[in-house]
Formats: sequence, structure tokens, C-alpha cells
Amino acid sequence: MSVVFDNLDIFLEGMRRTLELSVLSFILAFILGIVVAALRVSPVPPLRWASATYVEMVRNTPLLVLMFVVVFAFPSIGFTYSYFASAVIVLTAYTATFVGETVRSGINAVSTGQAEAARAIGLTFPQSLRLVVMPQALRTVVGPLGGIFIALLKNSGVAVAINVPELTSAATQLGTDTAQFIPAFLGAAAAYLLLTIPSGFATNWLERRVAIKR
Amino acid sequence: MVADARPDSDSHDPLVVMEGVNKHFGELHVLRDIDLTVGRGEVVVVIGPSGSGKSTLCRCINRLEPIGSGRITIDGVALPEEGKGLAKLRADVGMVFQSFNLFAHKTVLQNVTLGPIKVRKLSKDEARERGMKLLQRVGIAEKADRYPAELSGGQQQRAAIARALAMEPKLMLFDEPTSALDPEMIKEVLDVMVELATEGTTMVVVTHEMGFARSAAQRVAFMDGGRIVEIATPQRFFDHPETDRAKDFLSKILAH
Ligand SMILES: Nc1ncnc2c1ncn2[C@@H]1O[C@H](COP(=O)(O)OP(=O)(O)O)[C@@H](O)[C@H]1O
Ligand SMILES: [Mg+2]
Repeated sequence: MSVVFDNLDIFLEGMRRTLELSVLSFILAFILGIVVAALRVSPVPPLRWASATYVEMVRNTPLLVLMFVVVFAFPSIGFTYSYFASAVIVLTAYTATFVGETVRSGINAVSTGQAEAARAIGLTFPQSLRLVVMPQALRTVVGPLGGIFIALLKNSGVAVAINVPELTSAATQLGTDTAQFIPAFLGAAAAYLLLTIPSGFATNWLERRVAIKR
Repeated sequence: MVADARPDSDSHDPLVVMEGVNKHFGELHVLRDIDLTVGRGEVVVVIGPSGSGKSTLCRCINRLEPIGSGRITIDGVALPEEGKGLAKLRADVGMVFQSFNLFAHKTVLQNVTLGPIKVRKLSKDEARERGMKLLQRVGIAEKADRYPAELSGGQQQRAAIARALAMEPKLMLFDEPTSALDPEMIKEVLDVMVELATEGTTMVVVTHEMGFARSAAQRVAFMDGGRIVEIATPQRFFDHPETDRAKDFLSKILAH
């Protein structure tokens, strides 16, 4: 295992990059996911269909395939991005579908009386969603959203396929350079756990903090 | 058969007019040819067996439920389609629900100020001032910064009434406001409602509280099977009901 301890800086750098990629993608996926969920419950049918189509198409395609679509297909029709940006786009688009479905389940868990009371005082549909239903929905899905973030931390490893420097690619590189793949990937596994397990604790803490008094 | 007698109704100045209103839920015909006029300042109590359409009638007045056919006007304006216009109209119609439906993530005061700030565009300070006055009036000013779940049922319902009043509505709808309450809390809510009635608030109240109907209502509408079967002053309705269905219903609720 000395390979790992001699190259700690490589792992630390990999963790930093993985965290950067994941946090940025999660923030964007959170925003996009809320939009997806809001459209999904909209009274306007075409908006609901558009949202459902997006979710089903993206969620049901392997992440690696999406990655290659963005890296190879988009540039061929004139869109070019850095590899890092490509990875953010794909991870965001993919994760947003899960955020969207989760937030939608949160919306459905808010009693209909809340939305009715909101409409009864004269709030419009978007206002009642934004001011009354969504804040309660988000509080109930903090746990599942934390799970989605942890999945994203792990999923971000597919960025190795397009040479974005992050934890998995750092381990791959180290394994190739030293011909010691087993310790390199055991090191990577430990480094992922160092990111994911605290994320789980943070989720639990946040969940308790924002819980609605019942 | 729709009773057309409108004793004591000062419907020279009608606020709510329902004409030939019908409503279906799928196959179920829940409102049948409803004609009802509520005069400005009038209190109409709606009673009737469970499932007779009382809640639906109430909810159609602010279009929480759209109607199938017929016409409903409030202050001379026909209910608009879903959208900004309807939201504006709903702001003028307060509604109090059986299950309170206070916004669970907001304090009592925030519940009361949300509409005035977001719909009436009052400043936060103005809204807070109005809100505190109303909370005082319904006797729960000391609970202003508490969350709904920290209040008793009676306090929650009084907060819900304050929330509706904060919009300065032309009309208040109450759908069984005391049915979910323990007996000792019913009075504190009814007291607030009686006070509103005394002040001339126009009210449509679904309730089985006969004491309230007798002391506060100008008219009692008895519903059965989606129709208004009988409509009369409380004295006449409770002491001399005309229809067999009303007699039968009254004998059941008076039996205990
Ligand atoms: N959203 C709904 N969907 C289908 N049926 C409904 C709905 N709301 C009420 N109903 C039915 O309509 C009838 C009248 O209901 P309601 O107006 O709630 O009666 P009440 O308030 O007098 O008990 C009942 O048979 C009820 O089951
Ligand atoms: Mg009812």
C-alpha cells in the first residue's frame, strides 16, 4: 500500500476535483430538477409532457452513453465545450431527472389542503407552488436528495472516460504509472468513502434542522 | 323541488348569486339546479346530511371546484376561468376549512401576512400591523411566532379565520369550521364567528351548530342529494320544517 501513502497528494487532488465536479453539478441539477418537478405538476399539459419526456429519456440512458453523446455528437453539430464542462453538463442533466422525480414525490406528499388554502387567499398557481408547496416539499426530501448527491459523487467517476482529472482518473493514472492497480484502486475506494460517508452525516443533520414541526 | 321562498333575505343587494348550478364528479351528480342568492351582510347556514353536497357548494363559490353548468356571480362579476383573474377574485372571498390548513412551515403571523404581502402588495410592516390586530381580535396574539403544530385545534382555526380576514374579503365561506374540534374548543371559534356576523360580514357557513344558526343566521339552507330542499329563517326551519327529509334529518341530529 506504500504506493498510496507515497502519492497521497495525487489522491487529495483527485478528491478535490471530484468534489468540485460533483458540487457544481449538484447545484445546477438541484435548480434544474426543481424546474422539472414544477413543470411536471403544472396545470398546462404540454409543460407536463415536456418534463416527463425529458425525465424518461435521460434517466433511462446509461450515463456513459450520455457522456459520449455530449463529447462526440454535440461538437459535430457545432457545440464545443471543455471536457470538464461536458462532464458538468452530463452529470447535471442526468442528476436533474432524479432530483425532479424526488421533488415531485415531495410535492405529492404535501397535503392538498395546503395548496387549496394558498389558492383560496388569492395566490396564483406559480405563487402557491413557490411560496407554500415547494418549501414544504423540499423539506421532506432532504434525505433522498442527500442520497442523490452521494450517487452523483460516485457517478462523477465516469468522467474518467473523457479524461477529466478526478479521483477515478487519478487512480487509473497512478495504477498505470506504477503497475500497481490493486492498491491504487483500494486507495480510490477509501477516498470515495471519505467523501460519501460525511455527506450522509451532513444529510441527516440537515434533515433534522429543516424538519417542519408537526 | 327547489324552495323559492327567501324570507328575510335582503337580496335587493345580492353579493353572491348562483343560478341553475349543476356539478358532476364523473357519474355522480353532486349539485342539482342550485339557485341561491346571498345578500350583502347576510349570514346563510347550510346544513344537511353527509355527502349532500355542502362542501362542494361552498367550494364552487370561489371556484376551488369548477361547475358544470349554470352561473355564479360575486358582486356582479361572473367567476373567471383559472388564472390571474380568478386569483384576484379569490382574494376577495375568505375560506375557512374544516382541517384549518394553516401553512405548516410558516409561523401564525407569517400565515396571516402572506396574502396581504404577496397578493395585496402591502409592505411587510403594514401587513404585520394588520396581522397582529387580527390575531388580537381572535385572541391568539401571544401565539404570533409559534408554528401551527404548536397550537390547539381551536387556536389553529382562529388563526385560519384571521388569515382569511387579513385579505379584507367581501365574503367569508366556512366549511364545517368546528367539526374537527374538541367540544371545549368549539365555543371559542363560534364566538369569533358570531362576532363577525354581528359586524355585518357576509357569510356562508356549513355547520351543524344549531345554536350558531339560530343566533347568527338570517337563513338556513337544507341540502339533500345535491339540492337545496328547503330554505327558511332558522326559527321557521328548526321549529316547523316543511319537508319530510328535513324533519327526518333534524330528528336525527337532535336525538343526541
Ligand atoms: N373530489 C371529489 N371527487 C369525487 N367525488 C367527490 C369529490 N368531492 C366530493 N365528492 C362526492 O360528492 C358528494 C358530495 O360531497 P360533499 O360536497 O363533500 O358533501 P358534504 O360536504 O355535504 O358531506 C359526495 O358523494 C362525495 O363523495
Ligand atoms: Mg363536507
